[in-house]
Amino acid sequence: MTQSARDQVPRMLALVPYLRSREGVPVEQVAKDFGVTTAQLVKDLNVLWFCGLPGAVTGEMIDVDMDALEADGVVHIDNAEFLPRPFRLTVPEALSLIVALRTLRESATQTELPTIESALAKLESTAGDGAAASAAVQVHIERADPQVHDTIREALEKGRRLQLAYLVPARDEQTDRMVDPLRLLTAEGWQYLEAWCYRAEDVRLFRLDRIASAEVLTAAVDTHDQVARRDLSAGLFRPGPDHIEAVIDLDEGARWIAESYPIEGSEERSGGRLRIRMRIADPGWLRRLLLSLGGAARLIAPEAMAGEVQRAAQDALAGYEDAPIGPAAPYDRNNDPS
Amino acid sequence: MTNRKSERLMNLVIALLVSGHYLSKDRIRQVVEGYHDQSDDAFERMFERDKEELREIGIRIEVGSHDKAFDDELGYRIRRDEFELPELVLDPDEAAVVGLAARVWQHARLAAQTSSALLKLKAAGIPVEPDALSLVEPKLAATEPSFEPLWDAVATRTPVRFEYARPGQPRQTRAVEPWGVLSWHGRWYLVGYDRDRTATRMFRLSRVAGEVRPAGPPGSYTVPDGTDLRALAIQLSPAPPEGTATVRVRPGAGWALRRRANAVAAGNDGWDVLEVPYAGRWGMAEDIASFGAAVVVDGPPELREAVVSLLRGVVEQGAA
Repeated sequence: MTQSARDQVPRMLALVPYLRSREGVPVEQVAKDFGVTTAQLVKDLNVLWFCGLPGAVTGEMIDVDMDALEADGVVHIDNAEFLPRPFRLTVPEALSLIVALRTLRESATQTELPTIESALAKLESTAGDGAAASAAVQVHIERADPQVHDTIREALEKGRRLQLAYLVPARDEQTDRMVDPLRLLTAEGWQYLEAWCYRAEDVRLFRLDRIASAEVLTAAVDTHDQVARRDLSAGLFRPGPDHIEAVIDLDEGARWIAESYPIEGSEERSGGRLRIRMRIADPGWLRRLLLSLGGAARLIAPEAMAGEVQRAAQDALAGYEDAPIGPAAPYDRNNDPS
Repeated sequence: MTNRKSERLMNLVIALLVSGHYLSKDRIRQVVEGYHDQSDDAFERMFERDKEELREIGIRIEVGSHDKAFDDELGYRIRRDEFELPELVLDPDEAAVVGLAARVWQHARLAAQTSSALLKLKAAGIPVEPDALSLVEPKLAATEPSFEPLWDAVATRTPVRFEYARPGQPRQTRAVEPWGVLSWHGRWYLVGYDRDRTATRMFRLSRVAGEVRPAGPPGSYTVPDGTDLRALAIQLSPAPPEGTATVRVRPGAGWALRRRANAVAAGNDGWDVLEVPYAGRWGMAEDIASFGAAVVVDGPPELREAVVSLLRGVVEQGAA
């Protein structure tokens, strides 16, 4: 008995017009559409049976055909003309739906945009206060190069293979890859192509803004039914067994790292330093990060890598041998919005 | 019990909806099953609770009177034009797009609210089934614990107070009139009027520590006309270019810089010379330093100095 009237009444108000336009719909289908168990739905129908016009006596109430329900598992409803349309969208419902659609719009290709725009406009015009409230929510997703985006879309629709030039900043390389596109997705504010990569012989995510060029090939995609799609519910970054564990001490000016990247733990140290532990998929990424930080982050482990980064900085300085000698600048990065 | 209550609430809604005119409390007590066998006091309490319950569901009950001669006798009604979902016609493509919206939220409560909105559209005969084979899946997550209370505060215009922890700074209590929330690169931000700093401020939700508490009643401030979250969000976007760097890059390296370059020319020893626009000197210096020996900046001099000082910082730290 966890069902409260507050859940049941709105559901029944939608149930009546839903059933009126679907004569003889299977009860399982109704339960599925309404996201409740069949048992709960049957309870709802039993309540509806006792609802009707004011002053109605038995026989004048909403008529639910209980015989058909028991014998054939289908729902017939009659005598409910007074509820022809569902209750309007509440403010929270309209707000969440409109924001979801805006997210779709933000990640749409030029081809899809007009449909999304018109659907949004129609919904906003019927949503009343919900539409007004939606002015207080904005979702920004990085737009992809329209040409790249449209090319991927085309390959997905036609089921054709793609040739990509893909930039991997962690390793500072751009590689040509042949891929079978699986789906386009948007997560954590960026757009990705999930695809079977023939170079990696595995499923990979390709961030759209890192695709330098894309070309639809004549070959059709292979089927990859056995291949597991990435489950994104726990976030994009999943530490794997082959990831290395890094321990880094952050000075004031490098503390932003602790909140910009997924870390596994942190502790305050003397001298205003923060010691963090994180899992790193690609040592190249960490190496590049440390080189950019001007000494504001000290790598504690893996130790061997610390020396490697210093040598890399030394080598890089060799390119500036004619540079005037001066003290190292105090490092302070402030990319914060508030 | 739940069934009886649901039944009574349904019958109350139907009675107030179909009558077309205001129904007196006595009349309601007569016609709605579940009221007439109650004592006077019990009925009064029950009726008040039921009205409140319907209000929480979002159903507005109008109180008034048609007959000027009897204006002391108030009645109740639900206006059909306010109650019903307005006429909405979506073509199949639009309906499919709306159906896709069901998959966007990765936040339990907002996903459930989206689903119940879609259910109402479905009940109105709009086929909002997402294309089963849809190949596009935008996701919008909200994992910050402060998201839900701040979302509600924005929706109800409730001033809030919270502890805010910027990296490397002591926690501060902030009192804010929330104007809106925005998602940028997967992170949520709150925009609002900071009462102590008497200015517009933006807060990163992940930095809100502990509970978000109300600092006043709902609806106790107004959002200034013309507040444009999109314009405020621009603060989060990269600044416009302020200069152009001349950098030498080793063959097969410096790819991110090559992509941003306005011009590429052949240099000595197979290296390329790029002209790359940049916004901030230090941000650009970090980018360049990260490539190590594969990229050397030739100018402007202040950028060159910045890169050298970053690299020295790394070397000196090792010596320390």
